[in-house]
Amino acid sequence: MENIKLTIDNKEIEVAAGTTILKAARLHNIEIPTLCYFDLKGMDITNKPGSCRICTVEIEGRKNLAPACITECMPGMIVRTNNIRVLNARRSVLELLLSDHPTDCLICPKSGNCELQALAVRFGIRELPYQGEKSSHKRDKSPAILRDMDKCVMCRRCEMMCNKFQTVGALSAVNRGFNAVVAPAFEDSLSQTACTFCGQCVAVCPVGALSEVNHTASVIRAINDPKKTVVVQTAPAVRVAIGEEFRMKPGTIATGQMSAALRRLGFDYVFDTDWSADLTIMEEGTELLGRLNKYLAGDKEVKMPLLTSCCPAWVKFFEHQFPDLKDIPSTAKSPQQMFGAIAKNYFAQKIGVKREDLIVVSVMPCLAKKYELSRDEFKTDNNPDVDFSITTRELAALIKQANIDFSSLPEEDFDSPLGESTGAGVIFGTTGGVIEAAVRTAYEIHTGKPCPSIDFTELRGLEGIRSATIDFDGLPINIGIAHGLSNARKLLEEIREGKSQFHAIEIMACPGGCINGGGQPLNHGDSRIIQARWEAIYKADKDKPIRKSHENKSVQQLYKEFLGEPCGEKAHHLLHTHYFKRKTEFEVDLDK
Amino acid sequence: MDVNKKQLRIALRNCGFIDPENIDQYIVRDGYMALANVLMQNNPQAAIEVVKKSGLRGRGGGGFPTGLKWELASKNPSDQKYMICNADEGDPGAFMDRSILEGDPHSVIEAMAIGGFCIGATKGLIYIRAEYPLAIKRLEIAIAQAREYGFLGQKILGSDFDFDLELRYGAGAFVCGEETALIHSMEGMRGEPTFKPPFPAQEGYLKKPSNVNNVETFANIPVIFNKGWEWFSSIGTEKSKGTKVFALAGQINNVGLIEVPMGITLREVIFEIGGGIKGGKQFKAVQTGGPSGGCLTEAFLDTPIDYDNLIAAGSMMGSGGMIVMDETSCMPAVARFYLDFTVEESCGKCTPCRIGNKRLCEILDKIIEGKGTMDDLTILKNLSQVIKDTALCGLGQTSPNPILSTIDHFWDEYVAHVTNKKCPAGQCKSMKQYIIDAEQCIGCTACARACPVGAIKGEKKNPHSINQDLCIKCGACYEKCKFNAISII
Repeated sequence: MENIKLTIDNKEIEVAAGTTILKAARLHNIEIPTLCYFDLKGMDITNKPGSCRICTVEIEGRKNLAPACITECMPGMIVRTNNIRVLNARRSVLELLLSDHPTDCLICPKSGNCELQALAVRFGIRELPYQGEKSSHKRDKSPAILRDMDKCVMCRRCEMMCNKFQTVGALSAVNRGFNAVVAPAFEDSLSQTACTFCGQCVAVCPVGALSEVNHTASVIRAINDPKKTVVVQTAPAVRVAIGEEFRMKPGTIATGQMSAALRRLGFDYVFDTDWSADLTIMEEGTELLGRLNKYLAGDKEVKMPLLTSCCPAWVKFFEHQFPDLKDIPSTAKSPQQMFGAIAKNYFAQKIGVKREDLIVVSVMPCLAKKYELSRDEFKTDNNPDVDFSITTRELAALIKQANIDFSSLPEEDFDSPLGESTGAGVIFGTTGGVIEAAVRTAYEIHTGKPCPSIDFTELRGLEGIRSATIDFDGLPINIGIAHGLSNARKLLEEIREGKSQFHAIEIMACPGGCINGGGQPLNHGDSRIIQARWEAIYKADKDKPIRKSHENKSVQQLYKEFLGEPCGEKAHHLLHTHYFKRKTEFEVDLDK
Repeated sequence: MDVNKKQLRIALRNCGFIDPENIDQYIVRDGYMALANVLMQNNPQAAIEVVKKSGLRGRGGGGFPTGLKWELASKNPSDQKYMICNADEGDPGAFMDRSILEGDPHSVIEAMAIGGFCIGATKGLIYIRAEYPLAIKRLEIAIAQAREYGFLGQKILGSDFDFDLELRYGAGAFVCGEETALIHSMEGMRGEPTFKPPFPAQEGYLKKPSNVNNVETFANIPVIFNKGWEWFSSIGTEKSKGTKVFALAGQINNVGLIEVPMGITLREVIFEIGGGIKGGKQFKAVQTGGPSGGCLTEAFLDTPIDYDNLIAAGSMMGSGGMIVMDETSCMPAVARFYLDFTVEESCGKCTPCRIGNKRLCEILDKIIEGKGTMDDLTILKNLSQVIKDTALCGLGQTSPNPILSTIDHFWDEYVAHVTNKKCPAGQCKSMKQYIIDAEQCIGCTACARACPVGAIKGEKKNPHSINQDLCIKCGACYEKCKFNAISII
């Protein structure tokens, strides 16, 4: 595309035609502030309704001011981003936003991380010229997400995430004028909707309107209860992101410090979800091979393709949106729930603790995990397999509260036996990782030969939908990968229409997979952070001496000592689950 | 009659003269002749040229040249385009579009078919308020008749041109009169405007090139073809051609719809056609352009009415509301009244309109309640300007007009409210004081008995007095007093 020349703040610049004023200015180190604008480059996630009017600029010859985020540069344009007219307008718009915003910053979950607060600091707002009515909405608590819409600034990022990227449609703007707010239909609770609790609305919310349901107080209470033995499991994606909360570079692998910190927080056993990820592969991989063999033998009844089932948001999505396909996903529980089941049914016995006295805490990059652990099928006599799930952000807050200097901690190992893991377990943390781990194991079991290369790079990447054919020693296996539920929907519709060519598909709800989950440190629209975490996951894999799940000694021992065969009777009872057709309050059951 | 002398009916030419449910009566008055001619000549470019040369501008408020709009839509190639009629008339007290749709629906249908032919659209959509049941019914009848006569449907009048119409109902949101919001509403989305570009001519209904015109604009089209663009452009001023329908309302003797040539003065409209101010009172101001127009004073009475003059005067043409106010109108209260409407009708998308207009309203409330300060006036002025400068769509950009124009023309009245705590028009209740003149009061106790809050005290046959802290300014004492002892200050 051709280049055009224009002037911004007396600086002559040249940009490609079609560039917005905002991008052009940023390319030349002119930092126009924004609020509603959100652009996760390379992820196909953009929000630019041009509605907050914070990025307003003056264009010579134009009657009114223009939003820089959506106005394209034109040849010869003369733009001013900081004259008195612009500064006054920008400040007034910010004052308006603040005049309809609670000023309880001190006790707000986003304090210190809030984009509106940052703007107020940047503009040096000390008092507001307007005192008037403030928006008032009922607070809404669901199993995972807390909505405090008095704080909503109507940036509509959550709405974009929920509708465009996830195609869930739980959130949209309701009411008009001053009463306009983003909410479920009829301003009902999120629990009544088809919300998957993926938490991407929370991840993009610039203010404290959306946040996670906080479980840290319960965790502290459990740790300090002398009657309880508290074990913790940490998801693969947490270790490559938690460092960011302590000013470490994005992509820092902080596994050792994290284990050390958890021990100092008082957890009795510090275990790893990577271990149960390896266990998941044993079950899911076996299930895949079982189905595949039947399929290849000409069994018309067998359901293909196999869909992964580690992501609870994805599970809830298909239960709502594709209940007719609920027999297709793997019945294997997620690593979090497999860990819980083994911890409470095997480990508790092993250490001589009663089930109800063992508390299982998970540290997850995810909000849906909070919901997942509350599902009835994951409870025995009303005692859940996993008691509490906290996010990476919540863990960081706990560490800070406990006066632990994270970055100076020594690197410590996980405890045994539920802490030993392979590289295959680590890569669960990113899109494409679960299926790559499954392929590493399925290949060797199916062919009886070692993988020619452990790195199946054709399965890696951050494109929304990917596919690859893996040669299982002469047998071509078609693999599909989708992250983001809009992408998942496309693959599911293909299956529904009988057009899918895949033998197995991995699906993750969040863009990038768990590395960018709803519970991770906020990326504020910087996709380089996600890229860095993604690279760190594969580095952590490479650094592992063992990189295939079926070679995990501790997992092998568990089968020998307790479970028996993968997908055997005991394994089936403890490690597999089933799915339900779910309705929202407003859906009509057409079957009746 | 004076009422009719200065009027010229083009858009309303058939209203009241034909049975709108009988297509034959429309045909007798040259109906569908323009469409037939355009199709016979089979030259869309030439037809667009006619509309361009006529100088017709959008009657919905924007005043964008209609021919140019058609040309832009015609130049964007697409497998499907849409001709859309904006019949979402929402200004309070305005009913020009309704009158045309109820009185002459075929003129709109004919014009849409001509427009469809010009831009290359085979589908037309009329976005009409659901609150207009009669207009909807007559449109449905007219569309059915037009189909029957072959003016709509396939191969219209033997040509290769196919065109048909569908109705879409609006749920009563003022902002859906803004063309991008209208299109979103038709698509089943929330009725919110989006940034332009892309313009509807590039990416409109269902992302296809679309053209949106207002009812009154369409009603002018057949006449332009029948009588020629030269005739049409001979009416009006240099940049505003033809006529405009106004809805006259307020403190004026003759209220209702009028259609006058562009360039007529406000004085002619108000004092000749409108018959002057009711009850022989003094003219104070006229609000043009609907709720987001401005208030113009006596100084503008001799300004010729056209798009550009009204904007230069701080108001606008809008869709043609014209509300006349007499000396008893309090201007801050008038501004508050209009603001209330835009606050109610804002979609809530952009910050300045969602929160800014609400704050303007609250500041005006303060002023009207006698609690305002000079600082409030400064804030009011600045915020109005910022909203005008930063709001996303036409609604927000024009909503502060009533404030800015009344501040411009009636600054003293605002100052009186905040510094003297007085309402010069005597309208603002909170600033009224009822007092009893001791010399006139004979102590009949009538007022004390009438007072609902017991604010009046006094001995029989002795002068009474009003406790100002208790007084609710209901005026009951004032009504009761037979001795002119109570006055309002």
